[in-house]
Amino acid sequence: MSDATLHRPAATRPSFRRPTDEAPALRAALILVAVGGLALLVAAPLAAVFAEALAQGWAASIASLGNPDARSAIRLTLLITGIAVPLNAAFGIAAAWLITKFDFRGKAFLITLIDLPFSVSPVVAGLCIVLLFGANSALGGWLVAHGLPVVFAIPGIVLATVFVTFPFVARELIPVMIEQGRAEEEAALTLGASGWRTFRTVTLPNIRWALLYGTLLCTARAMGEFGAVAVVSGKIRGQTATMPITIEMLYNEYLSVAAFSMAALLCGLALITLTLKTVLELRHADSLSANRRH
Amino acid sequence: MMRAPLIQRSAMPGLGLSAGITLSMLSLVVLLPVGALLWQGAEFGAANIWDTLNRDRVWAALWLSFRLSFLAAMFNLVFGVLLAWVLVRYSFPGRRLLDAAVDLPFALPTAVAGIALTALYAPNGVLGSLAADAGWKIAYTQWGIFLALVFVGLPFVTRTVQPVIDEIDAEIEEASASLGASRLYTLRNVILPMLAPAALTGFALALARAVGEYGSVIFIAGNIPLRTEIAPLLIVIQLEEYNYGGAAAIGLAMLLISFLMLLVINLIQIWSRRRIGHV
Repeated sequence: MSDATLHRPAATRPSFRRPTDEAPALRAALILVAVGGLALLVAAPLAAVFAEALAQGWAASIASLGNPDARSAIRLTLLITGIAVPLNAAFGIAAAWLITKFDFRGKAFLITLIDLPFSVSPVVAGLCIVLLFGANSALGGWLVAHGLPVVFAIPGIVLATVFVTFPFVARELIPVMIEQGRAEEEAALTLGASGWRTFRTVTLPNIRWALLYGTLLCTARAMGEFGAVAVVSGKIRGQTATMPITIEMLYNEYLSVAAFSMAALLCGLALITLTLKTVLELRHADSLSANRRH
Repeated sequence: MMRAPLIQRSAMPGLGLSAGITLSMLSLVVLLPVGALLWQGAEFGAANIWDTLNRDRVWAALWLSFRLSFLAAMFNLVFGVLLAWVLVRYSFPGRRLLDAAVDLPFALPTAVAGIALTALYAPNGVLGSLAADAGWKIAYTQWGIFLALVFVGLPFVTRTVQPVIDEIDAEIEEASASLGASRLYTLRNVILPMLAPAALTGFALALARAVGEYGSVIFIAGNIPLRTEIAPLLIVIQLEEYNYGGAAAIGLAMLLISFLMLLVINLIQIWSRRRIGHV
């Protein structure tokens, strides 16, 4: 059947439908449920953030972001993200290289361990870090005595953030690198390229979009992580309060405009991430792992 | 047959470097901290762990977390498959936008989602006041927790099912129709079974995420002991009282629940794969 007959105006369309289509009424109902559900669950909360942030006008909203504690929170979140994301990217590349370029026993188990943080509650992740590095543990006590506190300090927040985002980059790279196989690298090595040169000039161009994609997911989660960071940060205003932690403190003090203004800022960053991610899915679908293509 | 060597010889460079980075980061970030939890649990002792868990408040919180997570994942299973079907099969204005919006719960920080849902569904909120007029209280009740858990688990099922729908061969549906099956019969008995393994995977991911969820829930829950207090919050409370043993006991219980769930779901997947005969 040609497209022309399908898209004829309703009045002239024949009154039959293909047997592999749903009845028009059912189709309309399903679309309505999908749109309505997403409007109530996703669009409405997003709109609520901006509406609450601007409840007293732009000036009040912007002023609340300018106070020293808010600025310190923004700086801290950027710092944490700036440390945690490159760490995770490096880990993701190393893990994907190890898993896809070599054959060894226990590979499936290694992948399970890398995926483990996905099934652990962020609060439990934070708890684990407190138990290992807290001042009451042997290791934590030693570190504090040597002037390097982890818990209630920046290293702990970085560890918690790396924990919850641990599999993000590796999971995007592994399927792509399996699909591409080892032949291109083997050819480069045979032609005399060094290991590093092979990686930079052969592997990296093949995986760059998947790497960027994983890094984007990682960045979004790192900036917004709350549960794990809440447990390890100690919530010291101006020192260990990240943006999400500051949102909680402001909200609990009934400073609604300030809380939602910072939330709106994080929403803005999330929307940018989402846009970049969608662009990658549309433009570079071939270079992403199969389940990202749509 | 000889047993395969631990590591097969390979001409690829970088074995030592990549294994070194992978294993040391895995140990520092994941294995040692999780080990510390197990160690603390062992030190605290089985009797103390049982005493911590065997209190009404803890049972209530664990049961609440598990039950509402299950219900929210069930809702997401149905709504997620529907959403995936609509996004892949139908073309309508705004489909691309709708598709991108599905990922928003992944991108939006949980604390932001929490205060936004609370502002919206509280009795004085835009949607909450409508519900309140109908005598339906959402925020600060179990409904609120359910709503937050639906929100955080929303993308999982849709994103796992979408590629499978995309790959369904039109000929299968045509064959079913030409053999006289009604459209609904085809959807139920031909299409749905093909989607089942992917849908179950999405369900498992949504469930695991919901059981551990903290940030989006605590704002809307009201956090009343025995009624709207979730298990992760109990850990936070124990830590605030410097009761590390108690926190570790509840943490271990939650870890055990997530592993059991993953195990059960994996078994269901193996079973459904065998029954339907494809991945």
